[in-house]
Amino acid sequence: MTVPLTLLGLLEREPRHGYDLKRDYDAFFGRDKPLSFGQVYSTLSRLARDGKVVISDLEAGAGPDRKRYVITDRGATEVDTWLTEPVAPEPHLQTVLFAKVTLALLLDRPAEHYLDTQRAAHMQRMRELTAVKRSGSLVDSLLADHALFHIEADLRWIDLTAARLDALAQEVRSQ
Amino acid sequence: MTLLEAHDLHLSFGSTPALRGADITVREGEILAVMGPSGSGKSTLLHCLAGILVPGQGEIHFDGRRVDTMSETERSSLRRDRFGFVFQFGQLVPELSAEENVALPLLLAGVRRSKALTEARAWLGRLGLDGLGARTSGELSGGQAQRVALARGLVARPRVLFADEPTGALDSLTGEQVMDLMVGSARDEGTTVVLVTHEPRVAAYADREVIVRDGKVLALTAEAVG
Repeated sequence: MTVPLTLLGLLEREPRHGYDLKRDYDAFFGRDKPLSFGQVYSTLSRLARDGKVVISDLEAGAGPDRKRYVITDRGATEVDTWLTEPVAPEPHLQTVLFAKVTLALLLDRPAEHYLDTQRAAHMQRMRELTAVKRSGSLVDSLLADHALFHIEADLRWIDLTAARLDALAQEVRSQ
Repeated sequence: MTLLEAHDLHLSFGSTPALRGADITVREGEILAVMGPSGSGKSTLLHCLAGILVPGQGEIHFDGRRVDTMSETERSSLRRDRFGFVFQFGQLVPELSAEENVALPLLLAGVRRSKALTEARAWLGRLGLDGLGARTSGELSGGQAQRVALARGLVARPRVLFADEPTGALDSLTGEQVMDLMVGSARDEGTTVVLVTHEPRVAAYADREVIVRDGKVLALTAEAVG
């Protein structure tokens, strides 16, 4: 789910050929797990089918590398909604949050607001789980504790990232 | 209904600003967590709200009364009669027994000794400390000592309990027991709680939280921002 949105976000920065887009993605988000060309082009063709990107500068007889992809208003709206709305807090969110923060900085969006909103969503979920713990059985309590520890780990990452946002912005924008 | 509020608080220690235009509203009966990184000004804010520190600028109102313009004597009676306190460390008087420590706020308010000690024993029982009333703080575990401190904070039935990192010196399980007792007792008594903590798991016991950042208070919501 994150790959199409991340590619759309990168296209909002500037129109790109598929090859350049893959290179951008790998540099920011795919260090341990680069995207395959197949995945890039199949994702782009789905995005084009759904009206979120269009192809410009198509040269006759050219291969996929000669196609330049441009984000549409519909695609830009989808990126905006994704960045703005907090993700439902659950374990293993960090990759999504990382992608959102990095993209927000690349696109000059208010990354700190996104982190604050996400933080509030996390705290809300922690309050709900704490209420379960206080009123439920020991088994409920142990399950709630497991979720609480994972969500707390995300929250600590959110706080640390918020504290380092200026330095991160500088590093990301210099790439 | 608003019980305690502050507007545009400023306070500096020497040339270092701790509060820089802090606003906060605390509703009657709520448990409010005040969070923020170290040095953000959250403890200073609590000390101003509780009438321990006087802000350099701004206003504090408690139950319709202006706190920041009160004399030291007036603030001292306000703290004794209306507020309870739980801190992280060193709050029990080491020479006194647990029972006497709990009875202290009542004795200071002029309650007869025998009545104060009876009340203190009842609170120790409520917090699971039956039979430990004669021990001094050195003979109690960290969790037991903190429960004694909580009993002392609540014994005079304060309108507001101020708790500054109340679980900071405890392990997670003991900390959770203390929070459980604090929240349960405050709800039973209708006591408002202002809880300063940097621990999300502790703040999750509150009804809502505010963040202090660079001496200002932010109330965050999970609503999407544009």
